[in-house]
Amino acid sequence: MKTLEEIRKIREEKRKELNIRINNNVGTKEKHILVCHGTGCTSSKSTKIIETFRKIIEEKDIKNVQVIQTGCFGLCAKGPIVIIRPEDTFYAMVKVEDCKEIIETHILGGKTIERLLCKDIDGTKVNKLDDLTFYKKQKRIALQNCGKIDPENIDEYIAFNGYKALEKVLLEMSPDKVIEEIDKSGLRGRGGAGFPTGKKWALTKLSEGKQKYVVCNADEGDPGAFMDRSILEGDPHCVLEAMIIAGFAIGANQGYIYVRAEYPIAVERFKIAIKQAREYGLLGKNIFESGFDFDVDVRLGAGAFVCGEETALLESIEGKRGQPRVKPPYPAIAGLWGKPTLINNVETYANITKIILNGAEWYSSIGTETSKGTKVFALGGNVVNIGLVEVPMGTTLREIIYDIGGGIPNNRDFKAAQTGGPSGGCIPKEHLDTPIDYESLKQIGSMMGSGGLIVMDDTKCMVNIAKFYLDFTVDESCGKCTPCRIGTKRMLELLEKICNGEGNMEDLQKLEELATNIPKTAICGLGQSAPNPVLSTLKYFREEYLEHIKYKECKTGQCKALAKIQIDQTKCKGCGMCKRNCPVEAISGEVAKPHFINEEKCIKCGTCISVCPFHAIR
Amino acid sequence: MEKNCIEQKLSKEVEEILNQYTAAKDNLVPILNDVQVKYGYIPQIAQRQISEYLNIPMAEIYGVITFYSRFTLTPKGKYAISVCLGTACFVKGSEKLMNRLKEKLNIKEGETTPDGKFSIDNTRCLGACGIAPVFTVNGEVYGNATVKKLDEVLDKLLAE
Amino acid sequence: MIDKKMINLKIDNKEVTVPEGTTILQAARQANIDIPTLCFLKEINEIGDCRMCITEVEGRKGFATSCIQKVEEGMIVHTHSPAVIEARKMILDLILSNHQRDCLTCTRNGNCELQALAIKFNVTGVRYEGTKNEHKIDDLSPSIVRDFNKCILCRRCVSSCKKVQKIGAIDIINRGFSSCVSTVGDNSLNDVNCTFCGQCIEACPTGALHEKDSTQIVWEKLKDPETYVIVQTAPAVRVALGEEFGMPIGTNVTGKMVASLKRLGFDKVFDTNTGADFTIMEEGTEFIKRLQENDNLPMITSCSPGWVKYIEMNYPENLPHLSSCKSPHEMFGAILKTYYATKENIDPHKLFVVSVMPCIAKKYERQRNEMKNNGLYDVDSVITTRELARMIKQANIEFVELEDEKFDNPMGEATGAGAIFGVTGGVMEAALRTVSETLTGKALEKIEFKNVRGLEGIKKAIVNIGDKQIKVAVAHGLGNAKKIMEEIKQGKAEYHFVEIMACPGGCIMGGGQPIKSAKIQETVDIRKKRAEAMYNIDARSKIRKSHENPVLQKIYKEFLGKPGGHLAHELLHTHYEAKEKYRFVK
Repeated sequence: MKTLEEIRKIREEKRKELNIRINNNVGTKEKHILVCHGTGCTSSKSTKIIETFRKIIEEKDIKNVQVIQTGCFGLCAKGPIVIIRPEDTFYAMVKVEDCKEIIETHILGGKTIERLLCKDIDGTKVNKLDDLTFYKKQKRIALQNCGKIDPENIDEYIAFNGYKALEKVLLEMSPDKVIEEIDKSGLRGRGGAGFPTGKKWALTKLSEGKQKYVVCNADEGDPGAFMDRSILEGDPHCVLEAMIIAGFAIGANQGYIYVRAEYPIAVERFKIAIKQAREYGLLGKNIFESGFDFDVDVRLGAGAFVCGEETALLESIEGKRGQPRVKPPYPAIAGLWGKPTLINNVETYANITKIILNGAEWYSSIGTETSKGTKVFALGGNVVNIGLVEVPMGTTLREIIYDIGGGIPNNRDFKAAQTGGPSGGCIPKEHLDTPIDYESLKQIGSMMGSGGLIVMDDTKCMVNIAKFYLDFTVDESCGKCTPCRIGTKRMLELLEKICNGEGNMEDLQKLEELATNIPKTAICGLGQSAPNPVLSTLKYFREEYLEHIKYKECKTGQCKALAKIQIDQTKCKGCGMCKRNCPVEAISGEVAKPHFINEEKCIKCGTCISVCPFHAIR
Repeated sequence: MEKNCIEQKLSKEVEEILNQYTAAKDNLVPILNDVQVKYGYIPQIAQRQISEYLNIPMAEIYGVITFYSRFTLTPKGKYAISVCLGTACFVKGSEKLMNRLKEKLNIKEGETTPDGKFSIDNTRCLGACGIAPVFTVNGEVYGNATVKKLDEVLDKLLAE
Repeated sequence: MIDKKMINLKIDNKEVTVPEGTTILQAARQANIDIPTLCFLKEINEIGDCRMCITEVEGRKGFATSCIQKVEEGMIVHTHSPAVIEARKMILDLILSNHQRDCLTCTRNGNCELQALAIKFNVTGVRYEGTKNEHKIDDLSPSIVRDFNKCILCRRCVSSCKKVQKIGAIDIINRGFSSCVSTVGDNSLNDVNCTFCGQCIEACPTGALHEKDSTQIVWEKLKDPETYVIVQTAPAVRVALGEEFGMPIGTNVTGKMVASLKRLGFDKVFDTNTGADFTIMEEGTEFIKRLQENDNLPMITSCSPGWVKYIEMNYPENLPHLSSCKSPHEMFGAILKTYYATKENIDPHKLFVVSVMPCIAKKYERQRNEMKNNGLYDVDSVITTRELARMIKQANIEFVELEDEKFDNPMGEATGAGAIFGVTGGVMEAALRTVSETLTGKALEKIEFKNVRGLEGIKKAIVNIGDKQIKVAVAHGLGNAKKIMEEIKQGKAEYHFVEIMACPGGCIMGGGQPIKSAKIQETVDIRKKRAEAMYNIDARSKIRKSHENPVLQKIYKEFLGKPGGHLAHELLHTHYEAKEKYRFVK
């Protein structure tokens, strides 16, 4: 247990120690080697890198150097990432073998290692993180501490104003004042639908009942979205602190966080955070001697996308199949075990402490008229800088994809951007300049969703993409209501028919009928939004559907049954890329001469199309 | 006799897991998770024990197990291979990896080869989108994967 | 009671005022506006998953689920706007697209809620055809057939099994399009914790759940000149059979039923009520003995085979509480194959006893090893009320037009006490009449024990018999049985005598009774009407106490000896044993 005074002292002292992390000009001999330990970089062996650094330092008995595992820096495509502070040198794609050199040349020798520096979009090598175009247009609020602190060290969190918002709330504010502040900030739910957070808190507070619950939805199921995971991995305490604040505001003493079991690192770090907070008395009885009690438990999701839907999530916490309930009543009235329950997602909570500390006015000055603050996107697919980006609401898609994302790789053209995952839509070129906020995305047939942003180049077949999403929905439908259980299956079957070249115009009509009526009749958001990928591709890429139906043609070659893969003899330079990558050795040809595809051997996998540097295969 | 011994051991271990939880219904999913992690599937005997402990009919437990894709009723292969079919990986061609895998091992998603050596699953986003497409073998991530790379890994394992 | 706030709303331009908390569906039905439903089953399954009952509420995005959505002040509801109808058509089409549409050869042809909707919507084809879920039929149990190919996933059976009966033998398994109603591990109902109460069948809107048909064997035996076929009919059958021929719920059709059985060609038509009188004699005697010896009290009735299977599986340690009596039709079967066969000079091997029962667990009970005597089953076949109706229809008998006929002598005479066996509290009341007069030696002033009547889940009463206070309890529905058993298990029960019936309402609501649509179940108090008919039979009976039945007196005198005596024990009593709930687990 720590007293308020002790916590304040930790903040002050630790902050001095960590000055090196944010200030480039500290006159110190100390060095901090920050290594990203998020899932992305861990997948490319950053754990081993940390171990190796520590081993070398120990062996060489080097003083004043610390190796710190941090959360995600965002630029996952360039992982594993290592940053040396205070000079802020940014090393990309570091291998275990590079560790020795970094220690010897950089740490001990004081020289920058050119070859490990990151290339910017224009090809120039960049020294510092902040100089990368990738970071220039970003504004980090939810991700503020990610990559800056050791997420497993509560003191580091406290040093950067951690638990200061809680202190302010418990000692200076009334629950109503807290809610008023959140409401004024204009923060809206980051889980997808964008319901005003302050309003949700107010409704739950007003709801009658002694027992209430606070729930954090960390069941980030949207494939290709990983911002919630990164926040939990990089800054778990900021979510925990916000949950405690929410508990105080609505009058709840118990919280649950529902995390996907597929996120073992996030789960582990959050559990550590809870343990540390309990040890410091930041969770438990009489927090800061305010008389307010609060505790949090972790519940694991077990692989069901639908559990991201709030009522399904509640069912799952209760130990049942995650089948959504008919709404109303909403969780604010009847939630967990029928009690009033506040559910927000991770990113929403990640904004709370900042709003409390900096004020609603500050927060609402960022963003657009209807959508305030920032939004974190998981930028993925056919884009150069794959990673996590946080931008002010109102930033255009073009800025995100081209300025931050670095555009489309392999000299390909942009075809569509997909937001909102299986519930969202595909946005075509003509809408690239749409400023991103809840309303405008909806207007162009997509939605904000949780923040997955997948870029697709012109090798992608949009009918096939629609089929991919429907396949996902059918797989993840809970099966409770008829339209979702059978309707989406029928839609998928129709799409399969079309992709196989067996579709007719009536099938297209049936597809549209189902897509119109399923949203109106399904119980939950999953079913209601399931037809969106079909509706949006029909809206913007209708001619592709017609090509599949009328001419039995898939220009991208993605629909195997319709694909006739050929090498354009005039464009082929005979580089051999296709031949080397073909898994079935169906391509032959001499170097520097046009190649050929043996149709009998070809399995139409499309690998050659995507690897050909001259776009000669289609 | 030998079988009995294994059952008794299993029973005892499941009991140890159960003892960490109160008999409240909301502990069902965490308990199943522990059993799944320990055995790689949820044995029938464990299901019955959980049913008795939590006082939940076996049919309901079975309903929960078959609802969540993380829970399985049969043991996974010695090499559990999983291909990410999240959007970021899909856009980068992970479907080809999956098709290749199914073709080579001659089993479907969610199945285990008759010799118990391999099992295939799909996952929806591991969060390794930066190195998409990815597949994993017993949790180890292989990034920027191609059909060729997959073949190499598979051939090595097949040769064992 | 505080008056509820009243809510004013408009449904299809009609002003409606209903108490707060009413659903749109209830409000509409009160205003004589019908909304189609499928998954809705009042108080049992209110989950809104089929989506048939969607309605349009002005100013609201998407449709409202009328079976769940509560009314709000000023609400304007449209129950059949073109948009609603279009959406409903899609829903119905989708359901049909995954349904095995062999209506003409389905047991529920003519009494299927899905078929009724298809007629209403004039379905002439299925637009959204696609793959169907295919499942093997589970017909391994002696009582229930599950044909998932006809299931529409309304989950009414699941709720009935889990929420009402508190069994949970079936549940939803898998997810999405593959979801289905099944047992653990997709095993047969025969190998899991099912009690064969059949309440799932009564809940099913289609032909996905039905009884295992026994009419074939009965027809064969009727055809065979060598076999002497005797039929006996349970008390509850006569107050429900008429419903299958369009007669009002609660009509007593004893006379027509007997007439139709004779037309079908049964050699003798007897009344199971006589068997019930035997049960009272034996159970009453057993109770008095146990009361005097303070032996394993409370004593619990054993005439409901679903209940017996339940206690064997769930409370084996409490089995000594169970009366050792066989159920009425088994007792009667045993008497027929011994006393009657000898008297009439019939080779018992050529005697075939058919029981017409409101129950499907009786099908299971009759083939239990314990229900044998000298290698012969007491009863050879059990058909349900529904199966009998089908046989009558197949024989082209105009049931409604039949003249009343009487049960055959010499076994036909039964008492009012036997009649009320079919309703919850009836066994208790019948037993109390006999026990009371036996213990006190005095005639009862008031023969009716009204405090054990009624449809409350658990009824408790203290009955004064002479100077003794007898504490009794009556539970119906296995959910209520569970409550009583928990009391007994924890040693909190102070009862002397407990009556338990597996089905809510007793045999009149058994799993073999005519199936009523959800709408009828919602709007008509079926239990009450059938129960009233039973009590009327009792009230009009000349003899209303089992021990006064002259047939019994004669048989005890000529053949059995004393109630509870040696031969009675051999023929009319049995024993029960612990049973594994999940037999499939190896």
